[in-house]
Amino acid sequence: MLKNDPLENILYIDLTRRTFRIEKRPELFEKYLGGTGAAVQLLHEECPEGCDPLGPESPIIFAVGALTALFPLASKTVALFKSPLTGNLGESHCGGRSAVSIRMAGYGAIVIKGASSMPVYLSIENGRVRFRDASTLWGMGNFSSGRIIRENETGAGLRTIMRIGKGGEKLIAYSCVTTETFRHFGRLGLGAVFGSKKLKAVVVSGKSSLPVSDKKEYRRLYDEVYKAAVESPVMKKYHDLGTAENIVPLNNFGGLPTRNLTAARFEGASRMSGETFAEKYLGRRLACSHCPVGCIHIAALREPYEDISYFYKTSMISYDYEPIYALGTMLGISRPADFLRLMDRVEESWGMDAMSLGVILAWATEAFERGLITKKETMGVRLKWGHVKGYIRAGGYIIDQPNDFYRALARGVEYAASVYGGMEFALAFGGNEMPGYHTGPGAHLGYLIGARHSHLDNAGYSFDQKVLVKKRLKPEETIDALLAEERWRQILSSLVVCFFARGIYTPELVTRLLSIGGIDLSAGDLDRIGRKIHAEKYRFKMREGFALDTVRLPERIFETPSPVSGLDRAYLTKALSYAHKTIEKEFDAAP
Amino acid sequence: METEKCVGCQSCMFACSRRVGEAGLARSCIGVRSIGGMERGFSVVVCRACADPPCAKVCPTGALVPREGKGGVRVLPDRCIGCGHCREACIIGAVYWDDETDKPMICLHCGYCVDFCPYGVLGMQEREVENAEE
Repeated sequence: MLKNDPLENILYIDLTRRTFRIEKRPELFEKYLGGTGAAVQLLHEECPEGCDPLGPESPIIFAVGALTALFPLASKTVALFKSPLTGNLGESHCGGRSAVSIRMAGYGAIVIKGASSMPVYLSIENGRVRFRDASTLWGMGNFSSGRIIRENETGAGLRTIMRIGKGGEKLIAYSCVTTETFRHFGRLGLGAVFGSKKLKAVVVSGKSSLPVSDKKEYRRLYDEVYKAAVESPVMKKYHDLGTAENIVPLNNFGGLPTRNLTAARFEGASRMSGETFAEKYLGRRLACSHCPVGCIHIAALREPYEDISYFYKTSMISYDYEPIYALGTMLGISRPADFLRLMDRVEESWGMDAMSLGVILAWATEAFERGLITKKETMGVRLKWGHVKGYIRAGGYIIDQPNDFYRALARGVEYAASVYGGMEFALAFGGNEMPGYHTGPGAHLGYLIGARHSHLDNAGYSFDQKVLVKKRLKPEETIDALLAEERWRQILSSLVVCFFARGIYTPELVTRLLSIGGIDLSAGDLDRIGRKIHAEKYRFKMREGFALDTVRLPERIFETPSPVSGLDRAYLTKALSYAHKTIEKEFDAAP
Repeated sequence: METEKCVGCQSCMFACSRRVGEAGLARSCIGVRSIGGMERGFSVVVCRACADPPCAKVCPTGALVPREGKGGVRVLPDRCIGCGHCREACIIGAVYWDDETDKPMICLHCGYCVDFCPYGVLGMQEREVENAEE
């Protein structure tokens, strides 16, 4: 690492005492590159074993990486925390301006502990942290609180504003943290951890300079990466239609979860496709800082007010593949405007993980159909596939939590099913609600063994479509492939490179880029570091009670045919037992 | 400039710092920020090469010299005392500040950033301007 690189600075904030300190920890970045690698070390240091995820001792850790603000696409911030949803590793990634702002403010990582007695927001600059009264903001949605903070703070264009909505304030186990209005630390409940600390928002801003080892070579390498980012065909799909492009091909393939995965094809897919959204609703394209791709697609929804003529409300609402799956196809919604109305509530007001909420509402709809719950539990709301009004009312009740049923829904699908039944169709893996791929054994094994039970951990859905569709592999071979991918992804998420750029950021390129920042590692070193980080995550998971050999397999995934064969209980059980042994070995081998 | 096409990627800002071989944003003379929330789009703040630059007019030491026939200014750091009048005179906020030297940084119109705008928002235009007085 080069001298005077601010990356080595860790900012520790104590919300109870309202103090902060900065420590230099260059080894976290030299050994683990930053991001998830540095953050998991800090998590082991800062998170007491068995602590309440919503207690003051539970830490929030943000980390950026050695390539952030040096090269394009290294623009994610990794958040690590103890998840209130799963009770073990909470990990969520977010773009927007967050990563660049943290590094430009002069930090490689930020650790927030303690809890405030009243609502606060933090304003973080180079060498300074202000604790601001957020009493006025408490109860406000994402748009309003963002606007007020924007007007009260300096650093326009050079800052991130991370904030929670009502979901986080109400400690909903899958509430999210939103940055720059449209990007999210979506998964595993970081919003509730913020809420438990009475932390409404965190603003970080800065504009500093970073050292490079060789100015000429820096510019040359930069041009190489930039050119690949704007010209490479591997980035095209994110650029044009965005991730929503996946709706039609996944539906044709027969892997698009529909109506709580009672089907894997949706008759309304073409109406909910990326093509339809682009043609009829796309209102603006946005990018994260330092990413020329601009994958963020924002729909403009114009709606008349019902009570007064010639008055219209135009809402700007982000859409992506996963929300369209969770709040669209999973709920049988086939009208884009209905999806957007629901998404608007989720994003603007509630601040919840769209994926978890969609899966929970899908479970509730099926439970309602089967009579496991009635209008007594739902407080008069009729849950019916495709009927958005009922979903909007139910979502509002999850926020307000007026009865036991909605309090149960606020804790996740697995908890709700443990109370009301229907566990066989409660689609969660390791406690985290299912992502939008029912492609085959790769996808489901990927969710099960992934350190954060996300499709992005190891891209099993992609392995199904590229490999398993052509050739059946032994369970052990599938696990080996998924684990290899997950270990490599530890490197990408330690560098905080967006996974969309994984086709560009090869091990060979990564080693060359790192040397510009004064970190000299070989491809072999990267492999070793990836294994180590993965083992450290599993060490945390197991410490907090997670066990791969007892993880629940929802019956529903075996009932609805998937396009890639081999999705049966025997195959999965064998694979999981092998994964369990392999990870334990890795874990023992890690120094 | 076609700012409605700006996605806010800030590649231009990084390019401007890289122009002098630096990483980060400290040396950028161009800024991209949202117009009150990203949903409304962005403004790109950079020197417009005024024919009769207000920043130069208020400089008490003659450190900002209007560029002959091109608009905009050259900064002569040796003459600058860091008073900041130029920054206040620029109503679009295009006079950036170098916190290390405590002196203004103003776009040189070199065009380096233009090559890093993926959506053609930025462009370079040659034009003749008449300076107010020489």
